[in-house]
Amino acid sequence: MPILTADMSAGTLVTWRKKVGDAVKRGDIIAEVETDKGLIDVEVFTGGTIERILVQPGAMVPTGAVLAIIREEAGILPAPPPTISSPPTPAPAAAGRATQAPPQIPTAPGRQRISPLARKLASDLGIDLATLSGTGPGGVIRREDIEHAAAARMDAAPKEQRPSLDRSARFRQAIGAAMARSKREVPHYYLSTTIDMQPALAWLAEENLKQSVTDRLLYGVLLIKAVALGLREVPELNSVWRGAEAVPSPAIHVGVAISLRGGGLVAPALHDTDRRSLTELMQSFSDLVRRARSGGLRSSELSDPTITVTSLGEQGVESVFGIIYPPQVAIVGFGKIVQRPWSVGGEVVSRSVITATLSADHRVSDGHRGGLFLASVDRLLQDPARL
Amino acid sequence: MTKEEIKAAVLRALGEVAPEADLTSLAPDIGLRDQLDLDSMDILNFVVGLHAALGVDIPESDYPKLGTLDGCVDYLAAARP
Repeated sequence: MPILTADMSAGTLVTWRKKVGDAVKRGDIIAEVETDKGLIDVEVFTGGTIERILVQPGAMVPTGAVLAIIREEAGILPAPPPTISSPPTPAPAAAGRATQAPPQIPTAPGRQRISPLARKLASDLGIDLATLSGTGPGGVIRREDIEHAAAARMDAAPKEQRPSLDRSARFRQAIGAAMARSKREVPHYYLSTTIDMQPALAWLAEENLKQSVTDRLLYGVLLIKAVALGLREVPELNSVWRGAEAVPSPAIHVGVAISLRGGGLVAPALHDTDRRSLTELMQSFSDLVRRARSGGLRSSELSDPTITVTSLGEQGVESVFGIIYPPQVAIVGFGKIVQRPWSVGGEVVSRSVITATLSADHRVSDGHRGGLFLASVDRLLQDPARL
Repeated sequence: MTKEEIKAAVLRALGEVAPEADLTSLAPDIGLRDQLDLDSMDILNFVVGLHAALGVDIPESDYPKLGTLDGCVDYLAAARP
């Protein structure tokens, strides 16, 4: 069960889209799971053949549980893992991927008789070889032994009970837990700036006049693109926190906060935000909003954001200081566009302005760099034709 | 096309963007945004839906005229080719 969001602890497998024996390739949708964020399409991150399905539709399992075993196409098996005496780490499964980085597997003293294939499978599934008795010739541990152990562990695991809360309450509970952890563990700092939106809005009005109704842009897409391009100038804000350090993200995937009907929100990724045209982003944004509200988001869209953009301008809010969504290290907020007195060429005029905010992780950046980022977003929005 | 037929088309388009809403209780003279919690993406999709159903190309500058159910019907009745 993939960990799709920081506030997700379990999911219910709704249906399998593939069956045992089916070939799958990276990116294929293999299953649908129900989470507090709605119905999510789970993608696989490796190619191969589905060898075994371990979780049946209707079962609610914790994140990290193995859903299925995918046998990779014939290839070179990795060397056996070193003998380590620490307890096994539960496999952090992504769509039941059976080819993750090998967890540390303890072994019994002395040489253990086990086929290379079975050793790799045990490593993938986090099965402690010391607890197994082989059923092969001379007590050799075979692949089937590992699979039986994995299935037995799944059966023995305490079944997570669906809380007796309605979905909205569970949603709030999950968000509350994730946000409390963020505020407790992440040293936030906050910055804000006021940005003149007149050039962007004038350019947008002119562009939309040329477009058919189906191809019009929303100003929110300009804000998202400006954030993405601004991150190129201050890339440390486009990192994820892993263990005890920030790891720069190789791509910019802006997560866009979308409110769900009936309460709650979700922030799926607009992949490669900085490299796509405004028209492409608008199409993807529209598609994301539709699927976020009707079901059908892909697992990668929930797990890939490298920063989040949230806007509460529609609700009349003038500024929003967000809470960072781990493992991201920054969140950008936009408020309502309002008319304000503004100095232009030494004269005070009425202008459309917006308040942009940054909440960022002080372990990764400081106010100086955060300020440069907001300044770059401002500068980019003054020249919208180049977005 | 009568105003009743236009109203029905408007309600269908609203139903597409706010499927959870009880449109039978929609007040005709109170803002749609507030009643249905619509955002700008919803408004754009609503306009696209009206365009598909009625063939009316609604410029952005006219969006404020679509603020209420009554406003929609009056505007579309006048604008429809």
